[in-house]
This record gives sequence, C-alpha cells and structure tokens, in this order.
Amino acid sequence: MKVREFLCKKRKIMQLEQILQYTFSGLSTGAIYALIGIGFSIIFNATGIINFAQGEFVMLGGMLTLFFLEVLKLPLWAAIPCAVAVSALAGLLFERLAIRPLRQPTPINLVIITIAGSILIRGLAMLLWGKDTHAIPPFTGDEPISIAGATILPQHIWILAITLLIIAVNKFFFFHTISGKAMRACSYNRRAAGLVGIDVRRMVLFSFVISSVLGSLAGIIVAPLTMTAYDVGIMLGLKGFCAAIIGGMSSGMATVVGGLILGVLESLGAGLISSGYKDAIAFIILLLILFIRPQGLFGKAESERV
Amino acid sequence: MLRLKNINTYYGKVHALRNVSLHLGEGEIVTLIGANGAGKTTILNTISGVTPAGGGEVLFRKEPVTTLAPDRIVKYGISQVPEGRQVFKPLSVEDNLELGAYLRYKSREEKSAIKRDMAQVFTLFPRLFERRRQLAGTMSGGEQQMLAIGRALMANPKLLLLDEPSMGLAPLVVQEIFRVLERLRRENGVTILLVEQNAKAALKLADRGYVLETGKIIMEGPSFELTENAEVKRAYLGKDKKEIWER
Repeated sequence: MKVREFLCKKRKIMQLEQILQYTFSGLSTGAIYALIGIGFSIIFNATGIINFAQGEFVMLGGMLTLFFLEVLKLPLWAAIPCAVAVSALAGLLFERLAIRPLRQPTPINLVIITIAGSILIRGLAMLLWGKDTHAIPPFTGDEPISIAGATILPQHIWILAITLLIIAVNKFFFFHTISGKAMRACSYNRRAAGLVGIDVRRMVLFSFVISSVLGSLAGIIVAPLTMTAYDVGIMLGLKGFCAAIIGGMSSGMATVVGGLILGVLESLGAGLISSGYKDAIAFIILLLILFIRPQGLFGKAESERV
Repeated sequence: MLRLKNINTYYGKVHALRNVSLHLGEGEIVTLIGANGAGKTTILNTISGVTPAGGGEVLFRKEPVTTLAPDRIVKYGISQVPEGRQVFKPLSVEDNLELGAYLRYKSREEKSAIKRDMAQVFTLFPRLFERRRQLAGTMSGGEQQMLAIGRALMANPKLLLLDEPSMGLAPLVVQEIFRVLERLRRENGVTILLVEQNAKAALKLADRGYVLETGKIIMEGPSFELTENAEVKRAYLGKDKKEIWER
C-alpha cells in the first residue's frame, strides 16, 4: 500500500516537473514567434500587407551568421551584427525592388509579391548554401541549468533575455522617439501623415528594414537550439504570423503574449499529447482565432471609423 | 505669394479642375466657396501635392511646386488642415502636435523652438493644454479641429490651407476658431486659404473670395462684393430668391 502511494506521489511530481519543462521550452520558442510576429505587424501596420517573406529573413539571420562564422571565420560577436546588417540590407532591397515599383499596389498584388519574394530568397539560399541542416554553436556553452526540477539550456536564457531587450527597445522607439511616432502616425492615417511632412514611402521602407532586423535576430538566437537550413523560414514565418494574428496584428505586447501562448501550448501539446501534433496545434489556434476573434485575442471589435 | 496657373486636375478620367487660376497675396485671407463637389478640396489637395495637377503650374513665392510630394510641400511652408480633421486618433494631443513639427526635428536648437511653438498653440487653444495627455480620438469634434489647426501650425507654415474647419461644429466653436485664424494673420502674418461650406462666415472673415462651380472658377472679387452679389446670395448665402426679387 505504502509503496503504491509513494509511486503515485512520485509520478505526480514527475508530471509537474515535466509540465514545467515544457513550459520553459515553450516560452523560449514562443519568444521567437513573438519577434517574428512583431515583424509581421510592423509591416502590416505601415502598409496594410502581410509580408509572407518575413520567415525568409529569419532563415537569413541563421544562415548568414553561419556563413560569417564558418566561411569568413569571424568570431560569434562579430558574425551576428554582420548577419543582421546583411539581412537589413536584404529587407531594404526587397522593398525597393519588389514592393515599391509596383504599378497597382493593391493588397492582394503585394501579398502575392511577398510570396514570390519568399520563394526567390529561399531558392537563392539553397543555391548558395545547399540543402544541409547546420548548427550554430550556442552563445555561452551548453551546460544545462536545473531550475525546480526542469532543466534549461543557457541558450534559452539568451533567447528570453534578448527578446525582452528587443521588445523594450521596440517600445521605446515607437512611443518615445519622433521617428517611431511618425511611423505609428503613418499606420493610423497615411494621408494626414503626408500632410504634416512625413515621407510615407520612407516609413514603409523603414518598416521593412526593422522587420527584417527583428526576423534575422529571431533566426540567429534560435539557431543554436533548432539548427538552421535554407527552408526553416516557412514554418517559423507561419508561426510568427500565427502569433501576430493572436495579438490582433499589434506591434506591441499583444503579439508578444500571442507568441508566448502559442509557444507554450505547442510545447505542452507536443509533450503531453504527441509531438506529431506540434505544428497542427499552431494552425488550429490560428483557425480558431480567425473564426471566432478575428480582431485578436485582446482586441476590441472594430467600432470606430467615423 | 501663391499663384495657380491654368490648373487641371483629374481623378482617373474625371476632370475635377478645369483651368483654375488664382492667387494669394502675402498676409491675405482668401476663401473658396462653392457647392459640394465643386472642386474646393481638390484645389487644396493639388496645392498640397496629394492629388497633383495634370496640367498647369503652382508657384509658391515664384518657385514651381506643382509636382512635389506632400512632405516636400510642407517643407516649403505650406500646411494643410484637412477636411474632417484627420488627427492621429490613437496618439495623445502632445504627440499630434509634435508630429506637426516632424520636419523640424533635425537640430537641438530647433527642439527648444518647437517647445515654444507648442506653448503658443496652447495659448491659442487653451483647451488643448488641458487635454494635452488625452488621446486625440477621445476629444470632441471642435477640440479635434483645434488640434488639427495646431498641428498644422507646428510646421511653422507661411501659408495655411484650411478645408471646412467649421464642418459639424457648434456656432460658438466656429466663432472661436475663426477668431484664432484672424489672430494668426494679425500676429504671425500667416496667409490663409479657407475652403468653406459656410459661405457667410467665410466671407465675413476673408478679404477676397473665389466662387467655384463644377471645377471652374465662375466669380472672384473682394468679400464685400461677393456678399452683395445676387447670384452668390441666391446660391450660397441661403437668401431666398423671392427676398432678392422684392428688393
């Protein structure tokens, strides 16, 4: 009798520890989704389009870091800024060459262009770097740390810390600098923004650059955990999109929370039900949100517009 | 100061302005009156570069500004207060005003000048000072109109274009706003081009006026002349035909 009770108790503790473990790893992947989601939202708010090439910038972040590390033999601390800079340049070129020249910039045309752009970038990456999966070394060792029975890797902490930092910088930029406020003004009222002297087209360009920086950073910090390859952008991009939808396309906290919720649910689902359902969970959430609360989990239904 | 020469503007295939020519002198208040769809707003938007002219020329202080983008026009010193206020609703009053000075945020000295100008806007419209932290979208129509004017003033314009500032506002608020416009001309020497449905009030404030009909200027002259003109009276000042007959 005693033995059974003991075993029962032990199993409960193990289950709790497991749940904690899944939550931790869910939070760190969720943070990645959040960063990508914010990238989606920033472009959406500035232009009204969903940039389906967003995931490719995530891929570029990881692959370029690898390129600078392995081919050019740069140290990690130098490879990362280089990779981010090249990704930003890619975002800039993408806007200049594919988005701006469009004669009839209807949202549907633009969305199709972004899909074409994503296929092109992915194809180029495959030609350049091949189809192999690569790993980036973790930023600071891979000695696991144990917290309340769950083990996490130093990279998890890096991911959470860098994400928090980026979110803080993002918030500061959009709420306390004149350029950030100008970008928000463009998203609220383009015509009025032009009339106060804001160059709306430049703001659109900025939004692409910022989004590609965020995307590539996400790709870089996650690469030591999940490996990287030319085609990681598709899934990560869609998950980020999902986070943005949960957050109602807000470029602030709502999308961050959306990403974290998605990451945790995914990780719990994979751990407790079956890891085969991992991706399905994200898309079921996406569909549910679109069916039931298309304004996002925290958004108010659209009522204004007088 | 501003001269439009044979301006033709099109919306796709619609010919919205036909050979419009007009001019504004330094420090003048000029009004455009006309029915809905006569092209008043289009004239302002053509000047501002929102709907650039398809033909003709816009000269500002003798320089051509016909095909410049809206933000470049603002740089020249022409600010528009658009129809329906168009304030940035989810931003605070202060942020809206700051954005009005967006082009001036280049140097440190400018920053203190911007602060001074904001203080001046607050003395013109004390109501905005009381609500400076409030979100623009939560204010009344009159307050939003004040904010829209204040925001345009933050760019330090030489020429202010106003599109229907009295629309949907209570008569007292309209009076307050028109008094401010007069004060701006008197104290800051701002030149004003005013588009109005409320022709009576507009002609009272303005020195001169142009009457627009279906994209053409059909009449122009000093305000007192237009006020006395039988045609203007009938069509825009709401006087009864009979009343004019009987005189």
